[in-house]
Amino acid sequence: MELLMIFISAILVNNFVLYYFLGICPFLGVSKKIDSAVSMGLAVTFVMTITAVVSWMINHWILIPNKLEYLQIVTFILVIASLVQLVEMFIRKISPPLYQALGIYLPLITTNCAIMGLALIAALKEYNFATTVIFGIGSGVGFTLAIVLMAGIREQLDVSDVPRPLKGAGIALIVAGIMALAFQGFSGMIK
Amino acid sequence: MSLLIPILTMGILGLLFSVGLAVAYQKLKVDVDPKIEKVSEALPQANCGACGFSGCAAFAEAVVAGKAEASGCPVGGEETAQAVADILGQAAGSVVKKMARIHCRGTKEAALARGEYEGIPSCTAANLIGGNKQCSYGCMGFGDCVNACLFDAIVISENGLPVVSEEKCTACGKCVDACPRGIISLQPLAENMMVFCRSLDIGKTARKVCKTACIACGICARACPDGIVMENNLAVIKDKSKIEHEQIPAIEKCPTNAIGRIHRKPDVDAPPQESQESA
Repeated sequence: MELLMIFISAILVNNFVLYYFLGICPFLGVSKKIDSAVSMGLAVTFVMTITAVVSWMINHWILIPNKLEYLQIVTFILVIASLVQLVEMFIRKISPPLYQALGIYLPLITTNCAIMGLALIAALKEYNFATTVIFGIGSGVGFTLAIVLMAGIREQLDVSDVPRPLKGAGIALIVAGIMALAFQGFSGMIK
Repeated sequence: MSLLIPILTMGILGLLFSVGLAVAYQKLKVDVDPKIEKVSEALPQANCGACGFSGCAAFAEAVVAGKAEASGCPVGGEETAQAVADILGQAAGSVVKKMARIHCRGTKEAALARGEYEGIPSCTAANLIGGNKQCSYGCMGFGDCVNACLFDAIVISENGLPVVSEEKCTACGKCVDACPRGIISLQPLAENMMVFCRSLDIGKTARKVCKTACIACGICARACPDGIVMENNLAVIKDKSKIEHEQIPAIEKCPTNAIGRIHRKPDVDAPPQESQESA
């Protein structure tokens, strides 16, 4: 039950994009088309889940026993950078079309602060292994949900009558703000 | 000792990850066709997109995949086409070298000004309020084409019109898109005649605002009906072969010089062209 709560809360209540305001760069950069938003969301989910697992193992088996918690940030950067490289090679080998579709945004996951945030928050809240995994998947799904919703809205915006000064990034930021407000409505759901 | 543990930990972790990545790289290596790299090297690497692909690398991939012609790079011209074709082991295909030509002769003296324009010095901006010349088809001379050119091939000359350097122009077409009035077009380098006007005004209006406008008198079209036709008050060269061989006087009858021969000027720093003609 607790796992389910963490899963739902990571998706809706503590959504990385709309609650913590992490990972805004791909959220705005890749949300022009639903297709690419979905692929980006999946790639981020994948990296988030593996990062959560590997960083938990390193944190609990290496850093904490040696009292090296202050090395968390550096180690997690190392983990994320290597994992993204690995994922990139893997996708390139397995599915060239997906590799083409993700393009530059795949290596850019390295600098997606939502992933770093995930590893640090999981360490901060002292989640156990199962919880961390669920938290990672939930956060990824939450990111995917936010970016796909955003892409859907922006596809509609393309054909709507937006005031000229607000076209493009301006209206996108306003939409992001309103979405964040709307997601605050979930905050009473889980105590 | 307290310093050694973190250093060792980080060092070992880093080493593990790098070894892991190195192994993964070998296992998951994707065989890229070596031709793609070679073709890529032969290209000019201007990444201008004139070929219709997103850059030189994308073009190289398309050429090797057979989706593009070896001669598809307009910037590299014949040399590049030959080099690419050699790598692929096929015939180069013919490249017609083109360059940008300006369809306006309305110099400051020839075309009447509409008033003093003091807004943003850009053709696009000036065009929004109708431009700085009475002719609404003529070159405004603020140099949007100059800014668009990646190869420094265009300069605005003293008479207020852009001049394209035959040597530097690669016919990438950036200026064609940049011109808000569509005055620039890509023409084969060997082309020796064209219409130097884009005005669709009726003759009376056109004559009033510019000395070198096409006034739609139709003299050229009557002199050579097979080669030149009048369309929307503007002479259009339909079949230059007809004019070229028999009816050269047709284009020389133009009272305003709006249609005529292209006088190829050598670049200042380039060797003189043998096709140069006296003006």
